[in-house]
Amino acid sequence: MSLSFQDLILTLHRYWGAQGCVILQPYDMEMGAGTFHPATVLRALGPDAWRAAYVQPCRRPTDGRYGENPNRLGHYYQYQVVLKPSPDDLQQLYLGSLVEIGIDPLKHDIRFVEDDWESPTLGAWGLGWEVWCDGMEVTQFTYFQQVGGFECRPVTGELTYGLERLAMYIQGVDNVFDLRFNDADVSYGDVFLENEREQSAYNFEVADTEALFDLFRKAAAECERCLGAKLPIPAYEQAIKASHVFNTLQARGVISVAERQAYIGRVRDLAKAACGAWLERSPSPREGEGGARSEAVGG
Amino acid sequence: MSDFLLELLSEEIPARMQARARNELARLFAESTGEAGLGTGAIDVFSSPRRLALIARDVAEATEASREEVKGPRTSAPPQAFEGFLRKTGLRQEQLEQRNGVWFAVVERAGRQAAEILSDTIKRIVADFAWPKSMRWGSGSLSWVRPLQGIVAILGEEIVPVEIDGIVSGATTVGHRFHHPGDITIGGASDYVEKLRACHVIVDQDERERQIREGAGTAAADAGLTLLEDEGLVVENAGLTEWPVPLIGRFDPEFLDVPREVIVLTMRTNQKYFACTDESGALAPAFVCIANVAAKDGGASIIEGNRRVLAARLADARFFWEQDLKVPLEEQAKKLDGIIFHEKLGTVADKVERVAKLARWLVEQGIVKGADADEAERAARLAKADLVTGMVGEFPELQGVIGGYLAEAQGEPPAVADAIRDHYKPVGQGDAVPTAPVTVAVALADKMDSLVGFFQFDEKPTGSKDPFALRRAALGILSLIIENGLRASMRDLITAAAHAGGANAGRDVAGFLIERLKVQQREVGINHDLIDAVVAVETGGDNVRMVRRVQALQEFVQTDDGADLLVAYKRAANILKKEDWVGPQVMSSAEEQGIPQTGEEDPLVLVEEPGLREAVAEIASGHAGADLPQEKALIAALDDAESKASAAVEAEDFTGAMAALASLRKPIDEFFDHVTVNDPDSAKRERRLNLLMRFRDAVNRVADFSRIEG
Repeated sequence: MSLSFQDLILTLHRYWGAQGCVILQPYDMEMGAGTFHPATVLRALGPDAWRAAYVQPCRRPTDGRYGENPNRLGHYYQYQVVLKPSPDDLQQLYLGSLVEIGIDPLKHDIRFVEDDWESPTLGAWGLGWEVWCDGMEVTQFTYFQQVGGFECRPVTGELTYGLERLAMYIQGVDNVFDLRFNDADVSYGDVFLENEREQSAYNFEVADTEALFDLFRKAAAECERCLGAKLPIPAYEQAIKASHVFNTLQARGVISVAERQAYIGRVRDLAKAACGAWLERSPSPREGEGGARSEAVGG
Repeated sequence: MSDFLLELLSEEIPARMQARARNELARLFAESTGEAGLGTGAIDVFSSPRRLALIARDVAEATEASREEVKGPRTSAPPQAFEGFLRKTGLRQEQLEQRNGVWFAVVERAGRQAAEILSDTIKRIVADFAWPKSMRWGSGSLSWVRPLQGIVAILGEEIVPVEIDGIVSGATTVGHRFHHPGDITIGGASDYVEKLRACHVIVDQDERERQIREGAGTAAADAGLTLLEDEGLVVENAGLTEWPVPLIGRFDPEFLDVPREVIVLTMRTNQKYFACTDESGALAPAFVCIANVAAKDGGASIIEGNRRVLAARLADARFFWEQDLKVPLEEQAKKLDGIIFHEKLGTVADKVERVAKLARWLVEQGIVKGADADEAERAARLAKADLVTGMVGEFPELQGVIGGYLAEAQGEPPAVADAIRDHYKPVGQGDAVPTAPVTVAVALADKMDSLVGFFQFDEKPTGSKDPFALRRAALGILSLIIENGLRASMRDLITAAAHAGGANAGRDVAGFLIERLKVQQREVGINHDLIDAVVAVETGGDNVRMVRRVQALQEFVQTDDGADLLVAYKRAANILKKEDWVGPQVMSSAEEQGIPQTGEEDPLVLVEEPGLREAVAEIASGHAGADLPQEKALIAALDDAESKASAAVEAEDFTGAMAALASLRKPIDEFFDHVTVNDPDSAKRERRLNLLMRFRDAVNRVADFSRIEG
């Protein structure tokens, strides 16, 4: 029998754990993508080597469909792997993980299709691919070039697996809510369908936009206070918070096209400042292992 | 002489970059070996997702030794100059020679072995390669499109040694990622292509393209369908595969409710699939995908996987489509005031308002005939509404098309729905130009509004920068006007399209359109000088009239009569210019009297006295005292041709006007053959110069021949 949703995660944990990754638990904040986790954004900066893998729940309020669309969710999981510096055999390691979860590359069509990645809210970009399995994008594969406006030296390789899609593929189901969550008859819908309905209603109809605007302002102010106190990690968390509030405001349809850029720019400034503060911090958490720290280039 | 093989193995190179990369590889190789003086024969370049390769035939074994004497600074020159010369030549002072107070050096260059030159060439290729975007990886500092993994460099049977950022050249590469995951050893240029083929890699992109083109067609035909040919997809798929295997799959026919364009575009852009049609030409519920593997189950799993992905995509498209169908276009259009069209030109809603008025005006003025003014205005008001639909949000390239379908679905008249669908057309040269009257009105109004508005607010295209695609808009305007025979003066159109509060840009816009007209007409083989010749005499800015006149002129100058008349015209004009002849001397020149000269003035307008009028008229016509038969014949011919030509121009019979000019060919030739213009008798000279002037002006009234080259 093919892997259940939770066994898929456990298999990837074992595989990447064996590659020297620290297996982290999800970050306890709302975020739009696994990349936002400080274990990716902050650790991609500076000279120190780093390998980590974790599951991150992602919230994208605008993607919610009240549980009625078989493929779109406002809340879903990403499996995130970061390897710094990116090893020469990263593609092979990645393909090895696919074999591990039951995808035979001589039976399926696996392709690396150009996809440049950019996150305007993080001031980050990288080059890489979306990995296709029989025409379906199952993973985003990126070599980070810049984060927070700073050059990445060495370069971090980032793999982001879309867990629900991958599981749907492996299990051969057409509706995400039909996924086997475990092998004891619990489906993905049993766990999350009601959540999708309620969260969609909240994000599209109920969320108090005045309160959200206020929250955005407060998060931005708090971020700046943390920066003043030379606390880059709490500062970065406030940037994540502002980003999520902005996403919810978008779903409520109260941010005009003209304002949108201004909000994105505001979040980017906060994230960049936090990244800059992280690079400035002293001493390095693993001082002595990474050798001399390279000079960061502002961007 | 031996053949040279270079392969640069990397992680997957984006498909869209491969064609340019092949050219770049060939260019850098030729440049570098050329500068080193290393002779090579033919160069072939190949690309696949994972490799860029080059084979150079008949590479010389080595370059010849050379000996060259180089002149240096004067011996009296400052020491810095002398030291610089030593550095440049790599010699010491005692190796130099002094002659006549100047230093000379003999620089000897030893012949270099080909392998050494090729090694440098490879380094230079990797260092100088211009990728649209490149990246770093790991801890290295090298930059390449994606991580560079290996270099195969073999001259004859010998490895050309080179090391770049830790990558050492050799004879080892890899075959297909899954069919042959291990290393393979290449003997040289002679076995490269075949060894790779044996390892499931077709390195020649042309061969892969052929396989895809033919294989996809066959897969469709075997299913009783016809492939919708798409050369762009062929090339893209060839850039995504090393071992292309076309496979055909089916999707649920229920999805065919979604507009055809949406389905084809989803398959094309998101999935790189080919679409198929059935025998009636309708879209078939089928797709052809190109796998990169000869799967052990014959492709069944791959087809099933792709079918599911496509079903999800189409379900999503259908969701948007159904949502969009629920909202009338009028409601959608209300949201356009939230979209900024341009900071100085207001919102899209503002634009819609202007376009609606202009479209109505075009119909009411009779410029666009056969359209209903209310329909034109309504189509304009709804034309941009689809910009806020979910469908266009997903597929921006379907703007207009989606609006057309939605208009149809909400029961708009066909003319309105068609106009919404096609009002962006023509999009560039070669695109179909709308002919349905309502569509023409909206399309023209939309483009005029943009062109004039951006010019008024000083956002004109400069050099290669044309961020608002105004050149394309101008070409669209001209095509709409010319192909539909819309009779209007450009001045009126520009005035009607002007934005309140903007600067006056009429002259700039008109000039810009004339420049575009030249570009457009050059495409159909008409030289810009002919357009200048007509523009000089067509002041109204009626493009239809102008183009007809230009076409008649083009035909005329290609005839013997026309070519000959042009020669005679130039001769007459040259004589008049040389003699500085401005006309009958009984009156002061128009210029002196402060009257603007356009070349078309009637010399009689300034003459009040009736008796004098006649005399001047006679002088101006050349009649007075003509003594030679050739003079008389020319006068008679001009009398006839002038009236015929002007009547023909009046009636827009430009071919007739040219024919009238053709009748002057013989008399003017004979005039030049037998009549001496510069007669010692000043009365005769004046008379003959006047006659030539009359001839020149008669021709000029049809077209300004002085602007025609040749």
